[in-house]
Amino acid sequence: MNTQSQSTVRYRVETRTRVSTIAFIAGGVLLVLFAAAPLVVSRSVIQDLFFVFTMLALAQYWNLLAGYAGLVSVGQQAFVGLGGYALFMAAILFGIDPLLGILLGGIVAMILAVPTAFVIFRLRGAYFAIGTWVAAEVFRLLAAQWKILGGGTGTSLPREATRDVFGLPFIKDLFGVKTSAARDIEAYWIALILAAGAIALVYGILRSRHGLALSAIRDAEPAAASLGVRAFRTKIGIYVIAAFGTGMTGALIYFQNARISPDAAFSVLDWTAFVVFIVVIGGIGTIEGPIIGVLIFFVLQNYLSDFGTWYLMLLGAIASVVMLVAPQGIWGLVVKKYDLQLFPVRRRLVVEDKRTPDA
Amino acid sequence: MLSWIDAILQGVLLGGLYTLFAAGLSLMFGIMRLVNLAHGDLIVLAAFVILVIAETLGANIFVAVLIALPVMFILGFALQRLLLNYTLGKDILPPLLVTFGISIVIQNGLLESFSADSRRLQAFGLETQSWPLGGGIAVGVMPVLTFATAVLAILCVNWVMYRTELGRAFRATSDDPKTAQLMGIDNSRVFAIATGIAFMLITLSALYFGNRAQFDPTIGSFRLLYAFEAVIIGGLGSLWGTLAGGVILGVSQTIGAKINPEWQILAGHVVFLVVLVLRPRGLFPRSVD
Repeated sequence: MNTQSQSTVRYRVETRTRVSTIAFIAGGVLLVLFAAAPLVVSRSVIQDLFFVFTMLALAQYWNLLAGYAGLVSVGQQAFVGLGGYALFMAAILFGIDPLLGILLGGIVAMILAVPTAFVIFRLRGAYFAIGTWVAAEVFRLLAAQWKILGGGTGTSLPREATRDVFGLPFIKDLFGVKTSAARDIEAYWIALILAAGAIALVYGILRSRHGLALSAIRDAEPAAASLGVRAFRTKIGIYVIAAFGTGMTGALIYFQNARISPDAAFSVLDWTAFVVFIVVIGGIGTIEGPIIGVLIFFVLQNYLSDFGTWYLMLLGAIASVVMLVAPQGIWGLVVKKYDLQLFPVRRRLVVEDKRTPDA
Repeated sequence: MLSWIDAILQGVLLGGLYTLFAAGLSLMFGIMRLVNLAHGDLIVLAAFVILVIAETLGANIFVAVLIALPVMFILGFALQRLLLNYTLGKDILPPLLVTFGISIVIQNGLLESFSADSRRLQAFGLETQSWPLGGGIAVGVMPVLTFATAVLAILCVNWVMYRTELGRAFRATSDDPKTAQLMGIDNSRVFAIATGIAFMLITLSALYFGNRAQFDPTIGSFRLLYAFEAVIIGGLGSLWGTLAGGVILGVSQTIGAKINPEWQILAGHVVFLVVLVLRPRGLFPRSVD
């Protein structure tokens, strides 16, 4: 992107670094390796990775909201639950293939996010956060009233819906596994796609002009508005996109789970508190942060979750301390020290001084 | 017909409880713009503090609450001074996330200490007493006491806010913390006192909340939502507005429950959302008072 050149000093706007190019290639290689993983690793590893990828996708979308758009939501469980319930509704009431149901989960979450946003965007800042929680509670209570889907106790996916999923016979033949194992593999692949897709989507948004608009709004909303940035519309757009991604992820989680209940699907602990922990630990406002955060969370979850309440107290305490001591999280510390940018979203001005005669 | 009047009356009295829930939240936001996501869990914590004091001393809960009030004041003072003051600033994330973390710590700490069993604060049979008003309608002694306490609490807080030197310091730091500091006000101390007072309001609400129904460590977050809804319905910055908000929320819930017992909570949330659409600044925002 050569924008301007003078006789002696050349200016260039850079949106890519050498490290980011390497990271891009490494990411592609990783993606292929992960896609091939079911060939070599055991079923329990696949299930673990499924958990990591779905949490990563949720974390990327929460980070897009809180870290970039300044919309601190503690109600993202609304869209996990809506996505899950949409998939169950589609499968149970209309016999729709769950694979399509996952997409439907995202669409339903997105459609319901619009009226939700219309109401809760009237609240600002911190009150917006509690407003999102109220909205999630409303959806939870409504889901509990839905008697066909089991009301307050929830329901299971019917056998046909878990058996006749598009692609399952192919996976069964390919790997020579039973239906339940094949379902895990299929869910894992979709989780991989959703996680990679979340990263690509967030990265794409941030590098586009909407990303510039977002940083402008975050830094000074009145100033951005006076320059013609449509702050309100941009924020709603981000909120709706995050709802779409969160809804698809929720639908996938409950496709794999095969059982849903209002209390689990709209759980603030599982789908917001853990996600907040992941983003805060890793580094809020960076794409790399949630990736690091989810790995740390996975390790803690694996080794400490048996301690139950003590484990949760520890998570709460760690997140609070990180927020106070190093609010930029682990990746923030790395950037400060090494100036690394795996996913560069900033435009940097590079000045090349060539005043030495070169002709 | 009479049963509807009864539902409305009970709702109004329930609103007293929600007003008490809301008063502490409103105070903390009003003075230091701090939205405390742990508010509901602190209510439950205070209920356990009263319970432990009552059981240890063998005292009744009204005596226990007199001891719990200064204990909670000190706790609030310390929490603000040692932790929450460091989260305040231009960025809204740190206070939100730190109080969210505290909420999880409190909830699980209580689970660890007291298990998930339901408890109740017994008031030597007072909770079953009521005053008949004729026509088959009666008001419980405790709900009336709750409402009276809520009104009294608002009178006290307003008196402190508008008639005392401390209140002047509260208002000054709320309007402009930097200038207040230049005038010799120790902001962090003022904030700590404000949180201490908020914790006393929390303790008062915990007394009636724990007596009204059973509680366990996990139900705090719903109290936060009721408190928040009362504040927003009433309009930011006005405690009398918060009373109105609490009453509206209480009446919505009892009427919702009258139509269908499963709709109690939902009805309250829906009325809140409707108010938010029609009157985004609440019914009695600060500009009026």
